[in-house]
Amino acid sequence: MTTMAPASLDADRPPLLYPPYRSTLLRAPKRPLIVLPPRLSELTGPVFGEGQIGPLDHDLTRQHAGEPLGERIIVTGRVLDGEGRPVRNTLVEVWQTNAAGRYAHARDQHPAPLDPNFTGAGRCLTDDEGRYRFVTIKPGAYPWKNHPNAWRPAHIHFSVFGTAFIQRLVTQMYFPGDPLLDHDPILRSIPSPAARTRLVAAFDLTVTQPEWALGYCWDIVLRGRCATPMED
Amino acid sequence: MSLPATPSQTIGPFFHMGLDVPGTERLVSADHPGAVRIEGRVLDGAGDPVNDALIEAWDAQGARFGRCATDADGRYRFLAVKPSGGSAGGAPAEAPHLNLSVFARGLLDRLVTRIYFPDEEASNAADPVLSMIADPGARATLVARSEAGFLRFDIHLQGEGETVFFDL
Repeated sequence: MTTMAPASLDADRPPLLYPPYRSTLLRAPKRPLIVLPPRLSELTGPVFGEGQIGPLDHDLTRQHAGEPLGERIIVTGRVLDGEGRPVRNTLVEVWQTNAAGRYAHARDQHPAPLDPNFTGAGRCLTDDEGRYRFVTIKPGAYPWKNHPNAWRPAHIHFSVFGTAFIQRLVTQMYFPGDPLLDHDPILRSIPSPAARTRLVAAFDLTVTQPEWALGYCWDIVLRGRCATPMED
Repeated sequence: MSLPATPSQTIGPFFHMGLDVPGTERLVSADHPGAVRIEGRVLDGAGDPVNDALIEAWDAQGARFGRCATDADGRYRFLAVKPSGGSAGGAPAEAPHLNLSVFARGLLDRLVTRIYFPDEEASNAADPVLSMIADPGARATLVARSEAGFLRFDIHLQGEGETVFFDL
């Protein structure tokens, strides 16, 4: 019953072992994964409601007394299944550095300033079109110790549930034109260059608000085998 | 229309600020009948604790969800109930289990595994998913161990006693 995943998928997915990203060396399983045909466990998933979302959870610039420093941005897009259908009412969670490239996290030792007006965490539910929308500031690049002179490109971490356990996705959104994208082993772990570009948002003048904030669009496509599992 | 899926990236070491909500390790309340504590450690290929992993538990039968970040010892804990076994769409009945997602710095994609229950020997033996695993030692990595007052389920990412992980 054990089958291998099709090779065509592999170029779109990062391998678990990718030595240029050093932390994979002791953490990637060495045994082959066992391909599991989806059943009830995989075709269902947790449901979240408006009750779990605060009114300012989607606006990372308004969670403190003052406004954070940095370039104000709007990040929006749709969560879709593999057939292009909207994934409605699904929880989207984000976290990121401040404009200086520093996480408001005890373990972040990068000597860049914290911003008392910025935590860098947000959440929202997608609407009937599958759309999410966050107001935030553009995160900064920061150094890490993976290799000499290693820097992560600016990114926003995204966590998305979808409608089924099989669709669960945690990933990172990058910004267009960032020179660090070509040097980042985490992004480059994805073999297919075309697949990598799907993690890069597009600057969008129609989302940009005059005199206020730059707009970026980024759609998220969840694995499509079972977008509406309970309808069958 | 068929759209290619958005690739996964690692959760990184700083997810706590976005995802680690206190109390979410409880799939049920403490006074829920049959509530059982499940805990374990996440260990890397050198046997060292993974102190920056996030474990999510999905009880499909009970539609219950929980999430817990590992502590300095690599330890996570859930409060859950043993789900009823079941089948869907004529599939063979599965033994009671919880579905786990494992995220961590150094994991470019989540790992998926299952917790089965030690007091379900007969249904575990007949379980169609456990039956896919030929090696009894590997199969045993998916069954929690009974300890005084709780169930232990350690997750070995790599090497000796490596936990069985699934590709969905």
